[in-house]
Parts: sequence; structure tokens; C-alpha cells
Amino acid sequence: MAGASFALTSSGLTKRFRGGQLAVDRIDLAVPSGSVYGFLGPNGSGKTTTIRMLLGLIQPTAGSHAMLGLPMPESQTTALPLVGSLVEGPAFYPHLSGRANLARLDAADRTADRSTARARIDAALDRVGLLAAADKRYKAYSLGMKQRLGIATSLLRPRQMVILDEPTKGLDPQGTREVRALIREIAADGTTVFVSSHLLAEVEQVCTHVGVMRAGRLVYQGPLAQLRGKAGLLVRTPKPELAVRVLSELGLAGIQQAAGQEVTAELGEMVPEVICERLVLAGVPVAGLETPRRSLEDEFVELTGEGFDVD
Amino acid sequence: MSTDGLPTVVRPRLDWRDERLPARANPVPAWLRLFNSELRLVFGRPRNLVLLGVLAIVPVFLGIVLRLTLDTAGGPGGPPFLNQLAGNGVFLALVVLFLTLTVLLLPLSVAVVSGDAIAGEAGLGTLRGLLTVPSGRTRLLAVKYAAIVVFSLAACLLVTVISLIMGLILFHAGSVTLLSGTTVSLGAGVLRVLAVAVFAAAALASLGAIGLAASTLTQHPVGAIAAVLVLTVASEICDQLPELSAIRSYLPTHYWLSWDGLFRSPVDWSGVEHGLLSYVVYAVIFGAIAWAKLTSADITA
Repeated sequence: MAGASFALTSSGLTKRFRGGQLAVDRIDLAVPSGSVYGFLGPNGSGKTTTIRMLLGLIQPTAGSHAMLGLPMPESQTTALPLVGSLVEGPAFYPHLSGRANLARLDAADRTADRSTARARIDAALDRVGLLAAADKRYKAYSLGMKQRLGIATSLLRPRQMVILDEPTKGLDPQGTREVRALIREIAADGTTVFVSSHLLAEVEQVCTHVGVMRAGRLVYQGPLAQLRGKAGLLVRTPKPELAVRVLSELGLAGIQQAAGQEVTAELGEMVPEVICERLVLAGVPVAGLETPRRSLEDEFVELTGEGFDVD
Repeated sequence: MSTDGLPTVVRPRLDWRDERLPARANPVPAWLRLFNSELRLVFGRPRNLVLLGVLAIVPVFLGIVLRLTLDTAGGPGGPPFLNQLAGNGVFLALVVLFLTLTVLLLPLSVAVVSGDAIAGEAGLGTLRGLLTVPSGRTRLLAVKYAAIVVFSLAACLLVTVISLIMGLILFHAGSVTLLSGTTVSLGAGVLRVLAVAVFAAAALASLGAIGLAASTLTQHPVGAIAAVLVLTVASEICDQLPELSAIRSYLPTHYWLSWDGLFRSPVDWSGVEHGLLSYVVYAVIFGAIAWAKLTSADITA
């Protein structure tokens, strides 16, 4: 199973709540082993419901999924000990210390070795920088410390996959940076990381792959580089009509004559030098040529809808 | 499935051979480990300790009050066994158990612990953490109920043992005269009192099963606790109404005080036997409800 090329797959995974609300609508996830998969989408787009289904907390209405190559939820008891998770923010017993809280979760794991518990708990606390505050009560923790303790639960033992739901929620920029560094570290061990966020900017630096949710649908999934890859072409010329003809001969898509003396198109696989040469040879006076790259943010907004669209 | 065409990221991997899939080893040690953790949680929670503290003070307080007023108290209408108290201190335990059961102190303690069992974890959000470990839903429920049973027993024994100590200090200590007029040694009398404590604990454990079921139905522990207390009071009231005499023996609290037979010679077990049967039936029914609910519930808390 370590050789499975996908750490997590789903097929037609759907959740309709009793009230009739369709929270997750036939999503086909494919999370490559070893990737850092950013699961993005606005609040209310179905991310947490999906994660709850993946972890067996709620029952899908339809569809199936497999974790580490094992069918879920049948293989829950064998697969989940190898999957660390933090669902919808950290939740612990306020009157217990950070260490006691981790001990409680470790005790619940029937496959964990009791004799190494103390060492593993301290190692997990150390990795998230909480060893000094290990004996402080959870209720005295700052928000950032709470979030880090949540991540520590997923580090209690070596994992093949870690699922983190909004690990940066409510954190200040410094806390967000710390969480990103942790994600990088976890991934560096070869652990697949599945991290959800409603803010692309918070995770784009660490992700290799992204899945984008909108109103319960998975509207994009693939390597991050591909999402970022769409570059455009902008030609400034006093003869826009001629430029349009040349560009269409070159087979560029999405050619548009913009206001004034500008022509835009999708760059596709073409190289700007070649385009420039052809334009000049065809007698188009090129006043300017740019290849504006659409920002990831623009792509994200286009995929998920404008602004506060939570449907 | 649209998994084709997605390139796999190649990264250096840890050797997962160390982390083999868990073998089907003996599940008992792991169960005991979670049970131990649950007991620490129940007996380490400040609120529960306050409840136990109150239960420990009641026999001391009552013992002193009764010592000072026994000459004027008693007579018909008082708690059963009050009239025997002057004769022997062990009966203080029975007076105190009677009062803490009927004045709801013991039921309240068990209602708090059982009503909190699942709803409290759901309310804190720790339930999702435990279930994704994964602790196993049936396993978690079994551990929770076992801890409720232990708490019931601990609460009853605490009240009884402190009552016995106070009773023997404040009142006459010596051979015990039973209701049937027979006299047994102090040791035998103490044993019979401890048997009453265990019988009361069984009653509370069955109430705890009701609390556990209520606890799976809500995310608000207070709601589950209140439901158990309302049910207890309603059952005790129904038990007093002559109009309901036909269903009386099916009420969950009907046999709570039917321990008189333990103080006869020879011992009359019928009340205890009927009581235990009733407790087991209630525990099974409500345990099944709790199981059916928890194992099928969507955990959205």
C-alpha cells in the first residue's frame, strides 16, 4: 500500500444532509502520494463536510472513497491509525495540559504502543514547539498554541498521510508562517499532506497540487503549476486588425481586439519571440508585446466565484 | 474516476515497514488503557470531584445532626431504619443511602457523569478527535459505560463507608439486631450494609445507561443531565400514585429501596432479585439505544 500512487481517492462522493441541503456533490478526489494537496474553496463550499466523510465521521449519501489504497469506511480501523488529522479546528479538554490531552488521544489508539507513549508525545510537542508549555492547561493556550497542539495530534506517530482542516484559521501572519513551515517539514518526510483552506494565499507556497471546491462541487483539481500556467499575450500596435489575422494564422486561442490599439490572446504553448518575429515579418508594427501572467489569485477567484459568494 | 493524467510527485519516502498495519493482537490491554484514561477523566474533572466531595460530607453532617436530635426524631414517617439507628451505628449508612437516593444527590451525580459522557465530548469537539484516532464507536461507548458503572459504585461506596465510620463513632457499635429480630455480629452487619451499597450502585448504573443514551442524542450535556433527573423524579412520583399501581413495578426507580430483605434472617432476596433484573433490562434497552444512535450518527460537532 505504500506503493499506491494515490494516498486518497474518491468517486462520486456525495453528502446530502437530512434537511435536503446538498453539501458535497459527486466529487472525485485524487490525491497523489507524497503530494501536498491544497483543498481550497470559500467557507461553506463543502470542504469540512468532505473531510468528515473521508475520516468516517459522517456517512456519505453516495459514492465511495479509499484511503492509502484501502476502501473506506470498511478499512477504517487499519487505515486511520496511519492518517493523522485535525478536523475543523483544535478541540481539547480545557482543564487538561497539552501533554495530558495528547496522552488521552494516544490512549484511544488501540494500535499505539503504550511503552513509547511518553517519548512520542514529547517528540510531537517538540515538533510543534510546545514542549515548554506541555504542562500548561489547554485553556491557558493562545490560539496559535491551540492550533499547533491540534497539529501535534497528527504527529503522535509516523503517518502516511496527514489531513489538516483549516490549520491556519484565526492565526496571525507569524502563526500562519509557522504552520506552513510545519507542513513543509511533514511533507519532507514523504508524508502526504491534505490541507484545506479558504485562503489560497495561505497555502499556495507549500502546495504541489490543489483541488478547488465551489458550492459542493470540485471545480478544479491538478498540479498547482498547471493552474498557474495560463499566460496571456498582449500586443500593442497601430494595426490591430492585421495583428489579429497573424495571430489567428498562428493558431492562438481567445484572440480579442481590445479597446484602442491592443490585441490580446492566450499564449498557450507558443513562445513570445516567435510571435514577435511573425508579426514583424507580416508587417505589423509592434509597439509593445507582453505576456501577462494571470495571478493564481485571479484563477482562484474565477473558479470559486467573486468575493463572498458562499451560495 | 478522473485520476488519470495527474502526475505523481516523487519524494524521498520514509520506510514504512516499521509501521506495519496493526496486527490483530489481544485487544484487552489497549481497551484497559483507554478505560484507564476515561477513569482519569471522570475522576479528574473538578466538577465530578465536587459532587463526590458533597457526597462525602453528607454522612458526616447527617450523622452529627441525628446524634444531636435522635431523641426527638424518628417515629413513624421518618426514613426507614432511623429507629434502628440508636441501637447500632451501621444503620446510619442505610439512612444516608435512603436520603441521598431519594433527595437525588446520588442520581444527580450519576446523571452528570453519564449525561456528559458523549454529549460533553461532542460539545467540546473532542469526540471527533477520538473517533478519527480511531477509537472505534462501539469501543468508546463500552469504555464510557464501564466508567459510569465504576463511578456509580465509587459514589455509593464512598457514602456508605463514610456513613459506617461516622455511625460507629457517633452511635452504638456492636452486634446488629436485624429487622427479623435476629442478632448478627458487627462484621456480618457491615457486610449486609455493603451489599446494600452495591445494590444501590447497580440501580445507579442502570440510570447511567439511560443517561448515556440521552447523551448520544444531544451536544448539550446539560440537556442530557436534566432529562435523566426529570425521568427520575417522574418515575418516583408515578411510583407513589395508586392509580398507576399496575405499571409501578416497571418503573426504573421502583426497586431502588427494596433492600429490606437483606436485613432479615434468613435473607429475603426477592426484592434484590427483582431489582437487579429490572436494572439489567433497563441497562440493555438504553445501552442498545445509545449504541444504535452513536454508531449511526453523523458527527458534525
